[in-house]
Amino acid sequence: MTSLKTTLAAALAGATMLAGTAFADGHAKLTGDLKIFSDMSNPAPRAVMEGMVARFGEMHPDLNIELTVIDREAYKTQIRNFLTADAPDVANWYAANRMRPYVDAGLFEDISDVWDEQMSTELASTKGAMTLDGKQWGVPYTYYQWGVYYRKDIYEELGLSEPSNWDEFKANCQAVIDSGKKCFTLGSKFLWTAAGWFDYLNMRTNGYDFHAALTNGEIEWTDDRVKATFANWRELLDMGAFIDDHTAYSWQESLPFMTNGDAAAILKGNFAVAPLREAGLDDSKLDFHQFPAINPDVALAEDAPTDTFHIPANASNKDNAKAFLKFVVSAENQTMINAGDALGQLPVNNKSSVDEDKFLLEGFEMLSSNSPGGVAQFFDRDAPAEMAKVAMEGFQEFMVKPDDIDRILGKLERARGRIYK
Amino acid sequence: MTLATQPVTEIERSYWQRNQQTLAPWLFLMPAILFFAVYVIYPVFQSFNLSLYEWDGLGQAEYVGLRNYEDLYWEYVDRDSFYVSLKNNLIWLVLYLLAIPAGLFIALFLNQTVTGIRLYKSLFFFPFVISQVVVGLVFTWFYDPAFGILNVVLGWFGAGPVNILGSEGTVTYGIILAGLWPQTAYCMILYLTGLNAVNPEQIEAGRLDGAKGWRMLWHVVLPQLRPATFIAFVVTIIGALRSFDLISVMTSGGPFGSSKVLAYYMFEVSLSEYGFRMGYGAAIAVVLFAIMMIFITYFLWSMYREEKR
Repeated sequence: MTSLKTTLAAALAGATMLAGTAFADGHAKLTGDLKIFSDMSNPAPRAVMEGMVARFGEMHPDLNIELTVIDREAYKTQIRNFLTADAPDVANWYAANRMRPYVDAGLFEDISDVWDEQMSTELASTKGAMTLDGKQWGVPYTYYQWGVYYRKDIYEELGLSEPSNWDEFKANCQAVIDSGKKCFTLGSKFLWTAAGWFDYLNMRTNGYDFHAALTNGEIEWTDDRVKATFANWRELLDMGAFIDDHTAYSWQESLPFMTNGDAAAILKGNFAVAPLREAGLDDSKLDFHQFPAINPDVALAEDAPTDTFHIPANASNKDNAKAFLKFVVSAENQTMINAGDALGQLPVNNKSSVDEDKFLLEGFEMLSSNSPGGVAQFFDRDAPAEMAKVAMEGFQEFMVKPDDIDRILGKLERARGRIYK
Repeated sequence: MTLATQPVTEIERSYWQRNQQTLAPWLFLMPAILFFAVYVIYPVFQSFNLSLYEWDGLGQAEYVGLRNYEDLYWEYVDRDSFYVSLKNNLIWLVLYLLAIPAGLFIALFLNQTVTGIRLYKSLFFFPFVISQVVVGLVFTWFYDPAFGILNVVLGWFGAGPVNILGSEGTVTYGIILAGLWPQTAYCMILYLTGLNAVNPEQIEAGRLDGAKGWRMLWHVVLPQLRPATFIAFVVTIIGALRSFDLISVMTSGGPFGSSKVLAYYMFEVSLSEYGFRMGYGAAIAVVLFAIMMIFITYFLWSMYREEKR
């Protein structure tokens, strides 16, 4: 019985090898193993990941794919172990400076050869985020816009419209406060949500280039321009724009304030749309607007964090892994996995189509035509991890004790002196 | 040839026979000593060594001498994270000890024969059985400013919502209270077993001499509970110093780092999502080790004195 099976398998393998040579244009059948570690552990991303593996497996029936999905938070600490000890062939991570430690330690494979001319054109918008030291270290699979998601019905009730500058933004907020609500919900318990506010306020006050230089450690935190950013932030704090006790909530726990109508808006990535919709806010109640200009002299720039796939340097099936990465970024797959019923985010391939979803279309429009200043990843991906931690604690502290700004900035400046060398 | 080998084997055999009594215990201790040396003693010295380096856990380690300790010192002077962690550790040490009297009184209260007392005892012991993570979650919800039952109850009396885990002044106390819940149960069990061993004749004699209530407790019962008190003291001190899971679950050290303790700070700088400073983490571990050493030395010394008697 077993011998019959093996002969059959061998015959099949032979047949597919023949077929493989016939369709050699990237559809050559792969054999052997492919071990994938993924952090896509939330229900929707998990289904996407499993779907991708299944479809790739159908294309290559003789390939033995082993997928391990690890909890997204736990993954962030486990990656260091498995990259050195028991490396998979493909692993998830994040773009920009967040890959720096693994690139510097030689744990990510340089895959500049995968980025051929066709791919570089199709993925032009995210190529920069995957490039360190002039080489590419992975491929993106999705990205998403950040911006202000607001309760359309509350704005209409109060006769407000989407703000186009800082004064309107504040006037809207004042109107919301006067009606007994809060302008913004926020859950700063895990710190990074406050960094979203800093990113936008700083990019709008000082521009993208300044922001990039600051996260790169080239500018002092005690610089007057940084203080100007915090002064703008302080205006919102003094108005009482944010919900009380935001230090006690995670971002998920902060959403009910918006769905209950106690807060009118949230500054967040597009991933907030799914839970808000689930909580009952349909498109007549929920809308999106770009964070308005503060300083009219600086070009608008956006946060658009990119999630990625990489090949560990210690992987054993690198050719299979490269084929998988090419499959991930292909136009067809990108359309499929970023659709509204899958990840609900933006495809990285410009040949893909964006799903007919209000927020995806607006986000795509914004990033492709109204973000002339540049596209940042996010504070904790642009700044080195240690600096991000210290700074984000500082942002949270500032939101609670705005009078202590000089002490807080002094602390950040000391950390800068230590971390960037 | 035979003549030459004979005496040698005889000597070997007699060496074993002569020293069997002294060697046998060492042979039995060998596995434990070996594992203790490899997994405890050696890592301790490794940590000492690592604290003199700067290492991100991936690349090359760079020797920096005592600079990590110097940084810790400046953090202390600047009232930065290290100072906060040290201060919180002290608060933990002092307040966590409340578990001992609390455990004692619950034990005294439960040490009677009523129908169903076993059920009450196991209910009181329950918090120690469930995981610290669950305790942390339960208390997080309990304190939640929006829907937590604490604030609902406060609301009935017109008191405003308090944000216990979200404000720097209260967060450490809030976490310690959560920690006291299981720790009290632990001390209670220690005292319950201790109370079983209290000599009824001495109680009887005390009663004849007219001792009652507090005097009976202080002069007759408590001296007999000394071993239980000692163990309760040891486990509570050590529990306070290694408090980590509750902080990790309830606040992740926040808000803005004000609920960190040394153990958590060590984890954060070296092993967490944003931490890559193994050497610095090791330096914090050495400081924590030094603090623990004071207590451990005291415990060992008093145990040694006890045995000598």
